[in-house]
Amino acid sequence: MFVVKVLLQYPSREIEISGPMSVTKLLRKLDLNRESVLVIGSGTLIPADSVLADDAEIEIRPVISGG
Amino acid sequence: MKCRVCREPAVIDLRRHNANFCAEHFLRHCCQQVERVIHDYKMFSPEDRLLVAVSGGKDSLAVWDILHELGYAVDGLYVGLGIERYSGESLSYVSDFVDRRGLNLTIVDLGDTYGFDVPGAAEATGRVPCSACGLSKRHVFDSAAVDGKYDAVVTGHNLDDEAAVLYGNVMRWQVDYLGRQRPLLEARDGFPRKAKPLVRLTERETAAYCVLRGIDYQVEECPMAIGNKHLGFKETLNLLEDRSPGSKAEFYFGYLKRAVDRFSDAEDRGRLGICSGCGAPTDAEVCAFCRLVSRSAGATQPVAFKARNEATVSKR
Repeated sequence: MFVVKVLLQYPSREIEISGPMSVTKLLRKLDLNRESVLVIGSGTLIPADSVLADDAEIEIRPVISGG
Repeated sequence: MKCRVCREPAVIDLRRHNANFCAEHFLRHCCQQVERVIHDYKMFSPEDRLLVAVSGGKDSLAVWDILHELGYAVDGLYVGLGIERYSGESLSYVSDFVDRRGLNLTIVDLGDTYGFDVPGAAEATGRVPCSACGLSKRHVFDSAAVDGKYDAVVTGHNLDDEAAVLYGNVMRWQVDYLGRQRPLLEARDGFPRKAKPLVRLTERETAAYCVLRGIDYQVEECPMAIGNKHLGFKETLNLLEDRSPGSKAEFYFGYLKRAVDRFSDAEDRGRLGICSGCGAPTDAEVCAFCRLVSRSAGATQPVAFKARNEATVSKR
């Protein structure tokens, strides 16, 4: 088993998820709509079919704005 | 996941296009979508001077960056709204963006120029903050575009914005608003031409564009907007989009293709007069913005004319 560090933005909080897990499955587990967020790691986008590495640190960034 | 164009590993999937893209070809896709909108709606030409309404968020910085990359002459206008820490941070993102590219930015601070800020205006008038904010920004952008003889005001409204506004207007059958919901509004009666080149890109795409271009933008939602109706409409539409990719585009572009002209007659095209306070076009003696200024500042007469002509305008 490994642990993925997930930084969720706005409100900002960090959680740890047991792996291995694909991005799609992670978003489903967190009940997040994939149309409403980006998954970012190492300054770039992480595609939906990626399986997160055991030392992964990722950011899940909301993209909806209310202006 | 492979890029549809080059078959290299993809970084993003766009289900409504049934396509995946690598970073290079996704950025190209975004520029092509913008070029297509500019062409289809005859928005402007490379000879035109454009003024982009910039907030420090992903959409306004993305549209400015794309138009700059495409070779258009675009200056920026930022309106300081006086929203606690949020406004200061938003300006820092805009400043960083223009400094890196050597672009022209004008800053108009509502407090310095008109004597009120958005939270104060909302409290003084009993309006929701987003209403006072939108009214103020429209007035400042329109005035700056007309005074500066710009050919068009460009805004960063994206597909999600337009679909959500359409959804809200349809839900309440706001037929007078439905007739005006187009990617391009021609100049008329003292109002500048207004263009929305991002309407073929979703919010997820504009955010992805910024990440891949290394554009640092304000991710935090405006504290005044949290929980507003517009956000609720977007969440609702994204639930549909998740189940049926392409729904938002079909809703919005289907409306433009099949329905918007049916509402043109409902649009109020009455002859406009001139505001006695600021000289802006209005259907009343005093325009809505001058009334807002007056009520917010506690003044007994419109003060915007003086304020506008002695505006605290910063040029970078």
